[in-house]
Amino acid sequence: MNSTDTAQAEGKSTSAERPGRSTAAPLEFRHVNKVYPGATEPAIEDLSLEVGAGEICVLVGPSGCGKTTAMRLVNRMIDLTSGDILLDGESIMTGDPVRLRREIGYVIQQIGLFPHRTIAQNVATVPKLLGWNRDRIRARTTELLELVGLAEMADRYPGQLSGGQRQRIGVARGLAADPPLMLMDEPFGAIDPITRERLQNQFLRLQADLRKTIVFVTHDIDEAIKMGDRIAVLRKGGRLAQYATPAELLMNPADDFVEDFVGADRALKRLALLRVRDFDLWSTPTVRPGDPTAAAREQAERSDLHHALLLDDHGRPQGWLSERDLRADAVPEIPDTVAVVIDRDSTLRDALAQLLEDGAQYGPVVDSEGRVLGALSVELISRFLASGDTTAEAPTDRAEAAAP
Amino acid sequence: MTPALGVLPAVLAQVEIRKRTGQGCVQENGFCPDWIANNLDKYVSPLLEHIYLTFVSVAIGFVIAFALAILAHRHRWTTGPIIAITAAAFTIPSIAAFLLLLPITGFGSTTAIIALVVYTLLILFRNLITGLRNVPAETVDAARGMGLTDRQILWQVELPLAVPEILAGIRIAVTTTVGLATLAFFAGAGGLGEQIYSENAGTGGIEFKSNVVVAGGLAVLLAAVSDLIFLSLQRLLTGWQRASAP
Amino acid sequence: MGFPPVLAAAAGGGPDCPPGPKAGAIDFGEAVDFIFNKRQSVGGTVCVGGPGEIVDLAVNHLVISFIAVAVGIAIALPVGLWLGHIGRFEFIATSISNVGRAVPTLALLAFFVAFLGKGELNVIVVLALLAIPPILTNTYVGVRQVSPDAVDAARGQGMTGLQILRQVELPLAMATIFAGIRTAAVAVVATATIAPLANVETLGTPIIVPQQYAIAGQLGAAIVVAVITLLTDALLGLAQRAVTPRGIRAVTPTPRIVRIPFLQRRAQTT
Repeated sequence: MNSTDTAQAEGKSTSAERPGRSTAAPLEFRHVNKVYPGATEPAIEDLSLEVGAGEICVLVGPSGCGKTTAMRLVNRMIDLTSGDILLDGESIMTGDPVRLRREIGYVIQQIGLFPHRTIAQNVATVPKLLGWNRDRIRARTTELLELVGLAEMADRYPGQLSGGQRQRIGVARGLAADPPLMLMDEPFGAIDPITRERLQNQFLRLQADLRKTIVFVTHDIDEAIKMGDRIAVLRKGGRLAQYATPAELLMNPADDFVEDFVGADRALKRLALLRVRDFDLWSTPTVRPGDPTAAAREQAERSDLHHALLLDDHGRPQGWLSERDLRADAVPEIPDTVAVVIDRDSTLRDALAQLLEDGAQYGPVVDSEGRVLGALSVELISRFLASGDTTAEAPTDRAEAAAP
Repeated sequence: MTPALGVLPAVLAQVEIRKRTGQGCVQENGFCPDWIANNLDKYVSPLLEHIYLTFVSVAIGFVIAFALAILAHRHRWTTGPIIAITAAAFTIPSIAAFLLLLPITGFGSTTAIIALVVYTLLILFRNLITGLRNVPAETVDAARGMGLTDRQILWQVELPLAVPEILAGIRIAVTTTVGLATLAFFAGAGGLGEQIYSENAGTGGIEFKSNVVVAGGLAVLLAAVSDLIFLSLQRLLTGWQRASAP
Repeated sequence: MGFPPVLAAAAGGGPDCPPGPKAGAIDFGEAVDFIFNKRQSVGGTVCVGGPGEIVDLAVNHLVISFIAVAVGIAIALPVGLWLGHIGRFEFIATSISNVGRAVPTLALLAFFVAFLGKGELNVIVVLALLAIPPILTNTYVGVRQVSPDAVDAARGQGMTGLQILRQVELPLAMATIFAGIRTAAVAVVATATIAPLANVETLGTPIIVPQQYAIAGQLGAAIVVAVITLLTDALLGLAQRAVTPRGIRAVTPTPRIVRIPFLQRRAQTT
């Protein structure tokens, strides 16, 4: 009778309700081999890697590299030929595969919702299989639907939802029984790029709260870099080419194959890993209309930019004033050039794109209240890229910063 | 010429009036509403026999076809032989089938039902197996990956999603069987066919228009009503199909 | 060959025409015997049975069936092709099938006999009416299922509607169309068995007019009818394979857009 309270209060960690498994469990592949009968080449060859509890491990590689196969080995949808897979230290081969699957969240690309059941019933599938009582199921379903922002769809049918909505329900369904491990096979693959980005960001925010162990399969290296805590690059024949953090992968690809796969623009890809706020910005003098220009002129001269930033009455950046504009006694109202305003939470990549699009060399950086923090310039960015500096990377909370 | 033509309608009218009333009508083998009204009760028993034959045969046929479909669903290779056998049986004209069973099971409804059951098998089996096969593979994959057992997948996912196809099959089987059962009297099972054809049934046989209209009409009506009933059932059970994306 | 055939009117008795079995004897052996040996009729007045009569009846049976199917094709094929080509009025195709299914053929034949009298013409009309729904529906569905890309490419290359129909849609729809013809043919051959109700002599004669033929005759004719129908189906099945363009033979789609209701056959999924 306390189950509903517990579920609502904690929502995620329900270790009390599921004896024997922690909320997030570590996963280990140990010399896993998979050879299909009659095949000359193995589909997976000697795969060994460890996924820490609460981490997202992305399996990525060209088609035919066995990434989906590897994922499906974990919940025994495919049987392995040799080696072992350990979930929370326990081999998956012990016990009934059906019971194992009920403990693992399973989200596939085509989602596979049951068209003849309502959304709420779909989400409630595994809890029902596990024998939860009705109240608990209802509470959990409501909670999850709110989590993915589709609470009002509870009584609709899958046929009435859009592709993006169905994908979100697929994720909710996977989370329903609060499993210690989630398997996701291209879960955002079948939708348009705009919706996909939104869903990715939303999912990362979710993961920041839930901290589940996740095995995530994708063919898209950009998605892998964005989503993964660690990335396993597989080559054809299911052999592990490299298993590393995104930064490490971009900076030091293990061999030519990985380097090719990551792409020639890996330097630029690094920009996606960084937020503007993690960066050292140029200082920029700010002035308002009517201010005396003498001090401004002096500051502009000393700054990196040789320009002053004109603010409006509310403190919002309007544009840049050159030293010539500052020759008058008072600061004019109209700036010389309009400023390209950059959000501190943007990725460096988005910020660079913004600057380049307007042909600007630099732009003011503001925080969420609109306060000016400094200026970001293209020069700064290219200096960073050239330096190979890793210390500036601080993507600890990609999720926290994920733009809505 | 013209006077004769002018008289013709009058003559025809006389003939018509005479045809439609009383003894003259019956003797002319015409369409006689009076006779029909008086003799409707003679059709009740055959109609009931007909309904009985139809629904019992479809019910038994469904049970058998269901078992076969589950078998073929698990073991794909059996599909071909099952379809081949049931199709061959379906090809045999119903009268021949009724007669050929006579030496084995004698006269009566049993013979007719056996033959009718065999005829329904092709239709029902084919629709059952198609319905099961048309369930999207990813739905089954998701179900299995979430931890449903094979039996749970069959009963909770595949069969419910196959219902439209299955009901369509039942509809077709019922209407087809109504048609086939009209010949069941050759096996001694009664039914509306006997009324239509046989003079011994006391309703005038195949030449008496009134008889043919009533008996034939009842058969058609039975088929049509059954069709509508199952159509409504189909619409009732598949509300989820009609809901579509905004 | 007369139309209808003339019964071998040898007088009863004689080595040519031994007495038949006791009326009421239900026996497969006797039935087979009926096929191969002449014997006296129940009333003793004429000679019945034997290969001669069987063949005559069978020929008549098949001729009538053939004519009926030909008429059915002549009517249903063009209509089905045209409807399928323009892609509209799907409900006509399905309604015709539904109606066709709901009317038992015995009832239909009875209507004709009662209101229009007996005779070959009426029987052929009834059988043709029986043949139309499967041919019409299958033709319609067959054309609709032709890949719209192929049609689009053909139109883009400058083919007229008629050319597209003849050169693209018809060949590609051939398998399904032929399945419909096969279904219709089998239904017609099976139904021609009750033609004797309209005074037309077919293999159904011994069955429906058993007074002279006894049970042995009924059963014997039943066997022959069954065999002939199965043969018709098998032969048309072979013809269907021959007619299917080789590239398509391997593909076995299950039609999903329109149900093919009338006497659905396995042929549609082959």
